[in-house]
Amino acid sequence: MTLVRRRLTITPTVTVYLALAALLVIGSILVGANGGVLLDQSGILNILTRSTLLGLVAIGQTMVIVTGSLDLSVAYLAGLCSLVTAETMAGRTSMMVPGVLLALAVAAVVGLINGLVITVLKANAFIATLGVALILRGYLEHNYTGPAGSVPRAFQHLGYDRIGPVPVSALLVLLIGTAVWWFSRRTRTGYHLYAVGGDTEVARLSGVRTSRTIVTAHVLCASMAGLAGVLLAARLGSGAPYAGTDAGYDLESIAAAVLGGAVLTGGRGGVVGTIGGVLILATLDTVFDDLAVDPFLKDVVRGVVLVAAVALYARHRLSRRSS
Amino acid sequence: MNDVLVRLEGVTKSFLGVPVLRGIDLELRAGEVHALVGENGAGKSTLLKVLAGAHRPDAGRILVGDREVSFAAPRDAQAAGIAIIHQEFNLLPHRTVAENVYLGREPVRRGQVDRRAMTAGTQRLLEWMGEDGIEPDAEVARLPVARRQVVEIVKALSADAKVLAMDEPTAALAGSEVDRLCDLVRRLRERGIAILYVSHRLREVFELSQRITVLKDGAFVSCSPTEDLSPGELVRQMVGRPLGTLYPARDSDPGEVRLALRGAGNGRLRDLSFDVRAGEIVGLAGLQGSGRSAVARAIWGVEPFTSGVVELDGEPTTITGPRSAVRNGIGYVTEDRQGDGLALRQSVRDNALLVRRAALRGAAARRDSDLGSLLESVAVVARGPDQEVRYLSGGNQQKVVLGKWLAVSPRILIVDEPTRGIDVGAKQTVYRLLRKLAADGLAILMIASELPELLGMSDRILVLHNGAIAGELPAGTSEEAVMGLATGHGLGEV
Amino acid sequence: MNWRPRLADGTAPVLIVLVVLLVTLAFVGPTFSEPAGYLALLKRAAPLVILAVGQYFVIVSGGFDLSVGSLVTAAVVIAARLSDGADANTGWVIALLLGFGLLVGLVNGLITTRLLVPSFIVTLGMLLVLDGAVFLWTDGAPRGALAPSFRVFGRGGFGQVPWSVLILLGVVVAAAWFMRSGTGRTLVALGDNENAVRLAGGAVHRLRVLAFVLSGLLAALAAILLAGFAGVSAQVGQGLEFRAITAVVLGGVVLGGGRGSVVAAAAGALSLEALFTLLNLIGVSGALESAVQGVILIAAVAAAAHGKQLRRTHEQEVVRPGRGGAARADGVHQ
Repeated sequence: MTLVRRRLTITPTVTVYLALAALLVIGSILVGANGGVLLDQSGILNILTRSTLLGLVAIGQTMVIVTGSLDLSVAYLAGLCSLVTAETMAGRTSMMVPGVLLALAVAAVVGLINGLVITVLKANAFIATLGVALILRGYLEHNYTGPAGSVPRAFQHLGYDRIGPVPVSALLVLLIGTAVWWFSRRTRTGYHLYAVGGDTEVARLSGVRTSRTIVTAHVLCASMAGLAGVLLAARLGSGAPYAGTDAGYDLESIAAAVLGGAVLTGGRGGVVGTIGGVLILATLDTVFDDLAVDPFLKDVVRGVVLVAAVALYARHRLSRRSS
Repeated sequence: MNDVLVRLEGVTKSFLGVPVLRGIDLELRAGEVHALVGENGAGKSTLLKVLAGAHRPDAGRILVGDREVSFAAPRDAQAAGIAIIHQEFNLLPHRTVAENVYLGREPVRRGQVDRRAMTAGTQRLLEWMGEDGIEPDAEVARLPVARRQVVEIVKALSADAKVLAMDEPTAALAGSEVDRLCDLVRRLRERGIAILYVSHRLREVFELSQRITVLKDGAFVSCSPTEDLSPGELVRQMVGRPLGTLYPARDSDPGEVRLALRGAGNGRLRDLSFDVRAGEIVGLAGLQGSGRSAVARAIWGVEPFTSGVVELDGEPTTITGPRSAVRNGIGYVTEDRQGDGLALRQSVRDNALLVRRAALRGAAARRDSDLGSLLESVAVVARGPDQEVRYLSGGNQQKVVLGKWLAVSPRILIVDEPTRGIDVGAKQTVYRLLRKLAADGLAILMIASELPELLGMSDRILVLHNGAIAGELPAGTSEEAVMGLATGHGLGEV
Repeated sequence: MNWRPRLADGTAPVLIVLVVLLVTLAFVGPTFSEPAGYLALLKRAAPLVILAVGQYFVIVSGGFDLSVGSLVTAAVVIAARLSDGADANTGWVIALLLGFGLLVGLVNGLITTRLLVPSFIVTLGMLLVLDGAVFLWTDGAPRGALAPSFRVFGRGGFGQVPWSVLILLGVVVAAAWFMRSGTGRTLVALGDNENAVRLAGGAVHRLRVLAFVLSGLLAALAAILLAGFAGVSAQVGQGLEFRAITAVVLGGVVLGGGRGSVVAAAAGALSLEALFTLLNLIGVSGALESAVQGVILIAAVAAAAHGKQLRRTHEQEVVRPGRGGAARADGVHQ
């Protein structure tokens, strides 16, 4: 009998941070050669600011991807929640807490709907959340043509204040990321997320309440998107219906999670890897800005990086399987 | 008399008016192995699902101890101490052994999962079962397939199961692994577990069980102490007719050499040299891991030989993969019928024509006028060529697989476990078909882990041991002789 | 071929939906009392139907093509710049566009099969690349103009019948014929069980690449019609990938592959367009169009899943696809 031991392997999570480190070094050299500094105060601030909102959405997206699901509605949902926040507050400091709570409640309800459509109506997650996304879009297009509502000045601190080069909102995301990591890796429900994503049928036969687990993941994901909407409102000062879609939160959050090692069929991936993926995307953007590269080239590079990373992971898994 | 842990009384179940179980009684006692046998379609799987809480019976009672229960979901059955070990492994390959064992019942301490308790609990159960060599923290994907079953059993026991229902537990095992599992079943019985053992392999049933219940067409046939039954009588009860000649008479008249290996080898196989002639069935025996299927995969070009020569009709030929194998006249009925053999949601027609369409070109690929006679020749029973194959029984699915190969008129056919998981009646049809194909001039290489089958069908038997040929035995040899070579002891020591 | 006038699996529901919509249109819209109204509908629907047919090939073989929307945009923007209003350019520009679509499909297919990247990711990457590259090339706004002879395909007609309708019919008939051929059937089997097709000697990689190439080619064709019909804009292809997927799903084609017919996918696209026309006629705001699309999408899939469940209970045997092992057949059909 062979003794089976856990070997120390280079997991995608390790890979993504190695790639991030390499990118920071190469980026610094390139920017330095151009007479700038990548990682000065404003550079770090830039990277972190870019990472904040996408990071939040991507953390939630990771939770649904891990369960083998997907959420294409997060971009419109973030826009919707920025509106709910700003319109509820309507510039009044007294309405700050109700505004945030209402936005989160709306998000949770949308997540609940996503989860129920998938589990009760048995719709494919892609279709279900695409459907919900289209419904949200219809609502936004019907009722809004541009920014609406306003948040009080006090609330804008959440969007702009920083400690040294670190935005307060980035710290908030880090805190939430830690909490979600603990939830997914240490609690029973977290274990079940991975189990359901690994094999729903196995999980069900083992007594895991699979539908409830999937719904939980979707509510969590939507709440993250809702919180991103709240931060959007804090940053922009008002609700912006299309801020989420203009930033491409739906597909970009999936890209970040996959970059961080999540597998779309579920069961693998995690918050730590995803944050690495988000940081890579943000660093790429910042480097390109510093180099004054045409903004459209960013999309091209992003697409190539995404495909290359997944190809790398696929190759890695293949070689591990055959060894 | 041992305690009755679970009793089923008059369990009845229909699906949209089609009765699948008709008033089944069953008693499971502590410290007893109770075998459940019957052909496919007899209702065994449905009965297991009722016991597991996956199906609710339409009528009848389930008693746990003296208490009548009603299971709404698998977890209810689990809570009542009943666990099912499924044919297919119900494990998450990328989680650890301990995580799998406690899946759905993770111990929680101060709000988080107590991983130390999980590891310790798993270790304790492994020791209690007398199983070593499994690390609780190892990823399941890294365990050999046969060991994963042990994990399944640990998983059930950790849920405080008093009743284990094992559905074809040896279907994926062979040789020493089967013996090892049988030992484990005995140990579990001695420790007071009630075991419901479902198997097509009658030898295990007789070796392990104290009582045998026979089902046929959803109805209860008999329940008797094992010692009161003979294998012949049992088969008669299952089939409803004496089996008589399960294996057709050999009338082979080997012709010229169709397939020849000359010193062929690769990473797993060493120096293989043998011939397969037109008109004969050559059996390939060996223990799990001896490289039986690797031979098929190497000839087929999936994991090709790296040394030596493969000759087809006397010509040295390099086969680069399935496509070239098909075009060189080799057919391959794979071991995993559903995973590798069939597109389950496609029609009988599309599956039967799959090889022709996928591998051939031009007019040959388009031909389908002979579909009717093709399906007839393999005796497929289906509503029609447009029925999806997933709705066919295992036996009929296997006939479709044979049909798709006959559609390209191969000269050599490799069959790997051709009767796995199909009922006795369908087995007989498959045997007759293979014999007829051989008589028509096909060269057949047959791999099977059930020795009676291999002995009954083969014109001669090659025995593999550790990737090399340990010897060749003629038709009519004994199981002991085969096992002697397969375990590396040679002929003399048996 | 064994030709029998049999509807492929799952085609009936969407055809019923389509007929109901078309009949309703006749009652609601005055223009639909004569064929011209329906021809106009077909003309408008042609690009989406063609896209849906292309998307069908990829979906039925078990993949996704998210790049078709940005491919349409890219093709239209390229066409405008290269055509530059000169009729002399039309011929080679069209050839170049089709070649471009083919190339994009080829790249999608090769990366999916050779580098083992899921098609969702590959085509998502392609979407980003195409979006970025086109605007990089045009500095952010489409330039140039389409020659009148180029726009003829999307606007003009052969007598009463628009060119785009003829092209549409040609595409659907060819696709239906292809799906009845051995290669077509093998493509569906590939979406069902890749292992089985590979071990049957099928050229799995080549088939997959073929599906993406067809999708790219048809997207380019759709772009040519759309450019003629709607003119040049940077938003012309936006969201079309999701609309095409909606159409295919509405046609009863199952995501993940192995099930559904191409005619049903085309009918799904036509139904979607007919529905939008209907909503427009009864005065529903255009802004709600996407909300309606969302509701339909969910309803179609839920209805299909519900129907499947009924059927499954009826047939009793439940097979878990993609898992090995012996048949756990306790089927009622022996």
